[in-house]
Amino acid sequence: MTLKILGAAVAAAVGVTALAAPALAQNEQFIPALVYRTGAYAPNGVPFANGIADYYKLVNARDNGINGVRITTEECEFGYATDRGVECYERLKKKGPTGAAYVIPLSTGVTFALTEKTATDKIPLITMGYGRSESRDGTVFHWNFPLLGTYWTASDIILQHIARKEGGFDKLKGKKIALVYHDSPYGKEPIALLTERAKRHGFETMFLPVTHPGVEQKATWLQIRQQRPNYVLLWGWGVMNSTSIKEAVAVGYPRSQMYGVWWSGAEPDVRPAEGGATGYNAVTLQHTAGQFKVHEDLKRHVYDKNQGSAKWDETGEILYVRGLINAMLGVEAIRTAQEKFGKGKPMTGEQVRWGLENLNITADRIKQLGFDGVLQPIRVTCQDHEGARTGRIQTWDGKNWKISSDWYTSDDKVIAPMVKDAASKYASEKKITAGCLN
Amino acid sequence: MLGPIIETLIGGLLTGVLYALVALGFVLIFKASGVFNFAQGAMVLFAALSVARLSEVMPLVFAVAIAVVIMVVLAYVIERLVLRPLVNQEGIILFMATLGVAYFIDGFGQTVWGSDIYKINLGIPKDPMFFFEGVFPGGILIDREEVAAAAVCAILVAGLAIFFQVTRTGRALRAVADDHQAAQSVGIPLNYIWLIVWAVAGIVAIAAGMVWGSKLGVQFSISLVALKALPVLILGGFTSIPGAIVGGLIIGAGEKLAEVLLGPILIKTFDLAGGGIENWFAYMLALVFLLFRPQGLFGERIIERI
Repeated sequence: MTLKILGAAVAAAVGVTALAAPALAQNEQFIPALVYRTGAYAPNGVPFANGIADYYKLVNARDNGINGVRITTEECEFGYATDRGVECYERLKKKGPTGAAYVIPLSTGVTFALTEKTATDKIPLITMGYGRSESRDGTVFHWNFPLLGTYWTASDIILQHIARKEGGFDKLKGKKIALVYHDSPYGKEPIALLTERAKRHGFETMFLPVTHPGVEQKATWLQIRQQRPNYVLLWGWGVMNSTSIKEAVAVGYPRSQMYGVWWSGAEPDVRPAEGGATGYNAVTLQHTAGQFKVHEDLKRHVYDKNQGSAKWDETGEILYVRGLINAMLGVEAIRTAQEKFGKGKPMTGEQVRWGLENLNITADRIKQLGFDGVLQPIRVTCQDHEGARTGRIQTWDGKNWKISSDWYTSDDKVIAPMVKDAASKYASEKKITAGCLN
Repeated sequence: MLGPIIETLIGGLLTGVLYALVALGFVLIFKASGVFNFAQGAMVLFAALSVARLSEVMPLVFAVAIAVVIMVVLAYVIERLVLRPLVNQEGIILFMATLGVAYFIDGFGQTVWGSDIYKINLGIPKDPMFFFEGVFPGGILIDREEVAAAAVCAILVAGLAIFFQVTRTGRALRAVADDHQAAQSVGIPLNYIWLIVWAVAGIVAIAAGMVWGSKLGVQFSISLVALKALPVLILGGFTSIPGAIVGGLIIGAGEKLAEVLLGPILIKTFDLAGGGIENWFAYMLALVFLLFRPQGLFGERIIERI
């Protein structure tokens, strides 16, 4: 009897779902969320994931979705493990009426692993501020979008800033610049640019790898103390960043001569070192910390209704803001795609790829979106999947991040030939015919 | 050149003491129960999280006292729910059980206490100390935090030595470590001893968690510090407290000297992208020692007559 009732209930539930699902699904745009809210990198993964989740909530609550198409999302926890990240992607890529609109892995390891898969599955891979530097070449990397900056852009901006401090690139001759990096594809990315710049300007480089997760760096920092480089660039993630800053304090290396990439320049990186981090610098992925115009909408439509993913005080933190920006760029790509393929319809990955490749966020649009003063205009093309390569330097004053430089733009005279070489090499290895997709 | 070598050696020895602190927890449990406790790293994290979060709302002393209670309760739960049902099972089964315990504690700890970075402030000055500045250019640098850690470790070892040698429970623990069945036959209750030893390992985890938490900030990565204790155990032996200390010192000094002195040579010779040899070098060093002393430096030599 009990079994019969259970069977009937299951049948009824399946029936209801079968009826309801298509009706609901027609006007939904599914976006998977690969997150790491646990594990060694959780302090960095959580605020980023919260920013993304809250932006989707805001678009649904304030605008009733993208031209009426509501965003649905599902988080998959992968703990920053590449294998689990790929599993998450495989599990979520076909969900929703049109499959995944795009995927944001927030992991260079997962990005490397997915680069070929997403091309086969026709799902864009948005890697805002990370991934392969040469993947900005959209004629080869059709499905990769390293929006706002690659690691070659980041390291070039840092070197430009150092050169300006020293009085010009010619003054770098004979100087020593060390790179303390996460011993992974991510950490190794700036080596090519630094080597190229060192060859041009005659400075010496020193590459010091730190193995995952980077909790023990004594030997690295003793080498820095003994060899006294003029500047240290930090390419870390998670606990490695705060440990580096603490070790710099322990060996007395001046924090003012340290420059982190944008993944080494958030609150979890400096707070554990407390006052010791004062004077430490990082290049920005355009934005810094703080609450902006978009936060007013977030407060009204999300947080005042107790729908926020974070605590309100945390919504001005760097990685949360970065999550908001990343989600906004994805939403704007879907909106752009709808302009061509039909307003009010969910887009396929292929259509969103077109939207990303034709993304043009002007200063006016940035203002409308509530990111005025935070971002500069972004224009993506088939040849340029980076869209913008500008940044500033920010400095930790002991309590807050403060912008401490003007805008810099990475030098394409140096970077463009490197991108061309590396992308051509990749294309010939993978037998990709370079050119724009439709 | 001598100055940097001495500095690296001292830094390595002090780091080795930190490894030994974690290794001590493994040794205590293995010695008394023959179980390789894979969950020791997770226990260090859980203990550190407990102290850090409790110290946000009360003085550190009270936070530590409550953390001790929490670790004793955890030991009781592990003994009751995991170990007791597995009495007389193969060592590998018990090891696998501790693997499960590790994942449970990792997840449970973060669920209860959060997965952000938390602070433990022991009030130790962070500025480095410099010695022999007249002899070596720049002097010899010593990290105050690590000196404090070495002091904590010395106090712990002294306390454990007294506990094992002088107290009745300590003697019972040694008896169990020597021979489970003989100890049981003279009326030593095995379950009680296991509870005690897991509780003591929990208290050692608090000490290790506080020292590492003060150094790194309390976060998940602390549990991975256990990986640094493994070569220490291989080298020092799984059953010897002095072995954990000496093993820690050798591994700490060895890996730092290798990274600083050998790393650059390897990079130049083999045109490597980077060094980063200290992680694998620690294991290689331990394995070289094993070639000559398979039981570890201080481990018990197993002779089975057939």
